[in-house]
Amino acid sequence: MSLISRNVFRFLQQGSVNLAARNYQSTAANLGERPDTRVHCTLIPGDGVGPELVYAVQEVFKAIGAPVDFEPYFLSEVNPSLSVPLEKVAASINKNRVCLKGILATPDYSNTGEAQTLNMKLRHALDLYANVVHVKSLPGINSRHTNVDCVIIREQTEGEYSALEHETVKGVVECLKIVTAKKSERIAKFAFDYATKHKRKKVTAVHKANIMKLGDGLFLRSCEEIAKLYPKIEFDKMIVDNCTMQMVSKPEQFDVMVTPNLYGNIVDNLGSGLVGGAGVVAGASYSSKCVVFEPGARHTFSEAVGKNLANPTAMFLCGANLLHHVNLSTYSEMIKDAVNTVLKEGKIRTKDVGGQSSTKEFTFAVINKLEESRL
Amino acid sequence: MAVRFLKQFATPTPTTRYYSSQVKKCTLIPGDGIGPEISAAVQKIFAAANVPIEWESVDVTPVRGPDGTFGIPQKAIDSVNRNKIGLKGPLMTPVGKGHRSLNLALRKEFNLYANVRPCRSLKGYKTLYDNVDVVTIRENTEGEYSGIEHEIVDGVVQSIKLITEDASMRVAEFAFKYVIENKRRKLTAVHKANIMRMSDGLFLRCCREVAKKFPDVKFEEKYLDTVCLNMVQDPSKYDVLVMPNLYGDILSDMCAGLVGGLGLTPSGNIGLNGALFESVHGTAPDIAGQDKANPTALLLSAVMMLRYMGFHDHAQVIETACFNTIAEAKYLTGDLGGKAKCSEFTNAICQKVASK
Repeated sequence: MSLISRNVFRFLQQGSVNLAARNYQSTAANLGERPDTRVHCTLIPGDGVGPELVYAVQEVFKAIGAPVDFEPYFLSEVNPSLSVPLEKVAASINKNRVCLKGILATPDYSNTGEAQTLNMKLRHALDLYANVVHVKSLPGINSRHTNVDCVIIREQTEGEYSALEHETVKGVVECLKIVTAKKSERIAKFAFDYATKHKRKKVTAVHKANIMKLGDGLFLRSCEEIAKLYPKIEFDKMIVDNCTMQMVSKPEQFDVMVTPNLYGNIVDNLGSGLVGGAGVVAGASYSSKCVVFEPGARHTFSEAVGKNLANPTAMFLCGANLLHHVNLSTYSEMIKDAVNTVLKEGKIRTKDVGGQSSTKEFTFAVINKLEESRL
Repeated sequence: MAVRFLKQFATPTPTTRYYSSQVKKCTLIPGDGIGPEISAAVQKIFAAANVPIEWESVDVTPVRGPDGTFGIPQKAIDSVNRNKIGLKGPLMTPVGKGHRSLNLALRKEFNLYANVRPCRSLKGYKTLYDNVDVVTIRENTEGEYSGIEHEIVDGVVQSIKLITEDASMRVAEFAFKYVIENKRRKLTAVHKANIMRMSDGLFLRCCREVAKKFPDVKFEEKYLDTVCLNMVQDPSKYDVLVMPNLYGDILSDMCAGLVGGLGLTPSGNIGLNGALFESVHGTAPDIAGQDKANPTALLLSAVMMLRYMGFHDHAQVIETACFNTIAEAKYLTGDLGGKAKCSEFTNAICQKVASK
C-alpha cells in the first residue's frame, strides 16, 4: 500500500516536471515565432479613402515583414452607429503608444448637438498637443517649387478649436479663442526641442498679434521667452498673412514654424499644396506619451471612395515614420527608398500628381521595388 | 398712352446719374512714404485720360482731439462723407504711439463692411502662377478682429470672434451683386464651419439664404483649408470668394503673393457711407522721394473706383494702358525687375492713354 502510494506520488511528481518542461518549451517556440519585440499599433482607418490607404500600408508592411501588429478600430463621426466608442480607442492608443490614423471627416453639423468634433475629442483625450508636418519637395513630383523643406508645428488643443460658442441674442454668435501661457510655452518648447534634435537652424513663430494683441500676443511672448533658452537656434516671427504670402512666393526661407491652432491648419494645407497636394505629405501628432501618425493635410477625399484613385504616398510615409519611431529604422528606410524610387521613375503615378495609375498599381509598384531591393 | 410715352422720356435711366460730363468730386488721401509720388502719378494718368474727376486732397495725419485722444482730422472725415468716395495711398501706423491704426479708424468711421481684392496675373511679370484671376471679398467689421479680448486669469486669454447675422447677410448680398455686376463665373463661400459650428455656421447659413435670391449665380461652399490647398495647386479653380474677416485677410494676401505681391493688387472697401479705394502695400520709407516706387496698385485701385462710379469706359482705357505697359516690359520699376523710374512708367501709360 505504502509502495503504491509512493509510486503514485512519484508518478505525479514526474508528470508535473514533464509538464513544466513542455510548458517551457512551448513558450520558447512561441517566442521564436512571435517575439515580444513585435510592435502593437492602433489603427484607425478613418473616413473617405482612409480604409483603402490603410489597407495599402498593411500590404506594404506585410511585404517587408515588418514586425508590427495592427489593432484596427473603426472610429468615425459621420457613421456614428458603426463607430467604436472613443474611450476604447483612446485606451488602446495609450497602451500601444503608437497609432496610424486615416482622416476623420468632420461634418459641419453634429448629430448629438455637440460643438466638439471627434478629432478634437481624440486630441483632448490623449492630449495630442503638437502636430508636426514636414513639408518637403519629393523627387519626381512636378510642382512649382522644388526646394521646399519646412516643418510646421501646430498647437492643436486650444485656440480657435475650443468649441466654446454661444448665441448671445438671435443672430449674434460669439466664438471664444482660448490662448494659455502654459500651452503656448509647451508648444514653443516642443518646437525648439524638435529643431535641436533635427539640427534645424531657425524657428519662426506665426501669429497675428498686431490685431489680437492679448491672445496672439501671449502666444508670441511665450515663444520669445522660450527662444531665450535656445541661443543656438535663430528665432523669427511673422504675421500670418505675410507668412502665407511668403510661403507661396519664397517657401525656401522657412525652416521650422510654430503656430497656434488655426494658422497651423492653414499653413499645413498651403505647404502641402506647394509640394504636390494632400496625398503626399505625412504628419504626426504628439503627446508626451504617444504618437499618432496621420497625413499632414487632412482631407478625406470622399469623392474618390472605392474608385481606387487616391495617392497612398502620404500614408506610406506615415507608416515609414511610424517604423522609425519604434526603432525599426531599417524597415523605415526601405519603405522610404522604395516610395522615392517609384516617384522618381515616374512611370506609375496617381491622378493627383499627373499620372493615370490607380492606388493599387502604385502600391504594387512600391512592393515590387521592396522585393527587388531585398534580392 | 401719350402720358406713358412721355413718362418714358421723363424717367431718368440709372446711368444718367453718372453722366460723364458731370465732374465728380473725389477725396484723395496721398498717404505717407511713397504715397505722394504714386498719388501724383495716378492724378497725372487720370488727367491724360480726361477723367471727369476733381480731386480733393486731404491730410489725415492724426491730430489731438478735444478729449485728448489722437484721431483723424474732422476735415478729412467731412470730405469723404461729402464726396462718398475716396482714394487712399499707404498710411504709416506708428507702433506703440498710443493711437490706433488709422486704417482701422477710417474703416470704422465710414462703416466699410466689405473689402474687395481682385488678384490677376499680369502679362509681362512672370510668377510661378500664371492663370490667377480671383477676387476675395472679406467681411471687414467683425469676426476675429472684433477687438474683444480679456485675460481671465494670469496666463489665460480669451479672444472673442463675433459673427452677426446682419453683417454676414450684408457682405453675402454684396458678394452676389458683385458677381453679377462684374459678370464673374461663380461665388465660393469660404468657412470653417466643421470646427466653428455656430459662428461660421451662421455665416454659411446667411450665404445660403442669400444664394436663394440669386439663383443665376453658381454658388459653392468650401473649407478654408481646402481652398488654401487648391489655390496653390490650381488657382483657376476659384473665381470670387466671400469669407469672414480673418480668413479674408489671410487669403487675400496669399492670392496677392501668387501674382507678385501687394505692389500689384488693388483693393476697395465698400461701406454704408461711401467707398474707399486704396493700395494695401507698405509706405516703403527706404525708397520714398526717389522716384522709384511702382504706382500700379494705387492706379488699379483707382480703376476699380472708376468702375464703382460708373465710368466704365475710362476705367477700361486706363487699365488696358497699364497692363500693356507692363506687358511690353520696356518701362518697369525696380520691384518688377526693371530699371525705369516711376515717372517714366507713368509717362508710358499716359502716352498710351492719350493715343486712344
